[in-house]
Amino acid sequence: MSTLAHVFEAAGLSTIVLASMKEVAEKMAPPRTLYCEFPLGRPLGRPDDAALQRDVLERGLALLEATGPVFETHPEVIESEETPLACSLPPRFDASLPPSVDEAQGLRSAYDRAVEARGHTAVGRAIGVDEIPAALTVLAQWADGAAWKEVPLPGKNTLAVGHDIRAYYTEAALELADGPAPGGRAVEAWFWEETEAGKTMMGARTALKDQDAPFPFWFYMAPGHR
Amino acid sequence: MSGGDAAMREYGAGQAVPTFEDPAFTPLAKPLSEARVALVTSAALHRPDQDRFSPSDTGFRALHRTDRNIVMGHWSPNFDHTGFQIDLNVVFPLDRLEELAADGVIGDVAPRHFAFAGNQPETVSEVRLDTGPACAQEMLSDGVDVVVLTPV
Repeated sequence: MSTLAHVFEAAGLSTIVLASMKEVAEKMAPPRTLYCEFPLGRPLGRPDDAALQRDVLERGLALLEATGPVFETHPEVIESEETPLACSLPPRFDASLPPSVDEAQGLRSAYDRAVEARGHTAVGRAIGVDEIPAALTVLAQWADGAAWKEVPLPGKNTLAVGHDIRAYYTEAALELADGPAPGGRAVEAWFWEETEAGKTMMGARTALKDQDAPFPFWFYMAPGHR
Repeated sequence: MSGGDAAMREYGAGQAVPTFEDPAFTPLAKPLSEARVALVTSAALHRPDQDRFSPSDTGFRALHRTDRNIVMGHWSPNFDHTGFQIDLNVVFPLDRLEELAADGVIGDVAPRHFAFAGNQPETVSEVRLDTGPACAQEMLSDGVDVVVLTPV
């Protein structure tokens, strides 16, 4: 972002960076910076909080009055929510299936409602929604010791498939959960700590690592701190 | 701060960054209430009908001011994607810009806004020398005065 600010400024545009990483913005010193200590991925603060979003924009635009480089910090700090989202999961339905596959199938109606309401889905980088159970089946096999080179993953790309599975679960969870918008990382915590799919993906990730699969194949399947 | 955000901020703080000798500073040459404002994000946003961002994509996608059918194609698992799922304005505040224009705080909302992918090669030379300047020309051709950059 700061790189683009310098490029745009050189082209004759006036820029404002809503920075989320303080040290990076300080080092790169874009012309006008409003540092906001908000959850990463939420540069305007909170979803469904129009007043805060507008305040962030107005404070950013106010930096245009400065006659030289300026760095200010938004007064509000918003911490990410590390407690898992309260979202119930479907009960075991078909005991012949791996738990994560059974679970994913049980979430399908919630996912379909979510897509109906939104009009679009983030699922589809590597696989479509109908392939989610098949992908989880393979990931469960990897987690149980199958050789990843011998049991191919639908969609092939572990990172893209991981995004598709997480997007499927996220869209279903946001449809199922009641109450105000969850804080940053609450859905992440729910996925990795409470769902069978999260356990399956983490198991597959560990198995890839143990089988000496290339680092980018497995590392970015999950947030680095997990 | 704790958890993933703290880990990422600590990681970011230790990363080498590109340097800019003698950086430009472009003052806004007109009142804000007459200025045209565009958004540019690094969230790899695109409409479903546009090309997806590849993991090493150095290009950008143009989004119309009326587009709301937008997905996040960023490849990093290390930040929250759900805020955007709930309300795109938390990343790409198109509705807030429309309100600021309606209230006369800004002059106008640009007809097009732009998305890059934040996960760039370390040198960011493509963005610096090629796609960044190309995006700037697109905005200048749209009569843009001010750019608000939103990271993820």
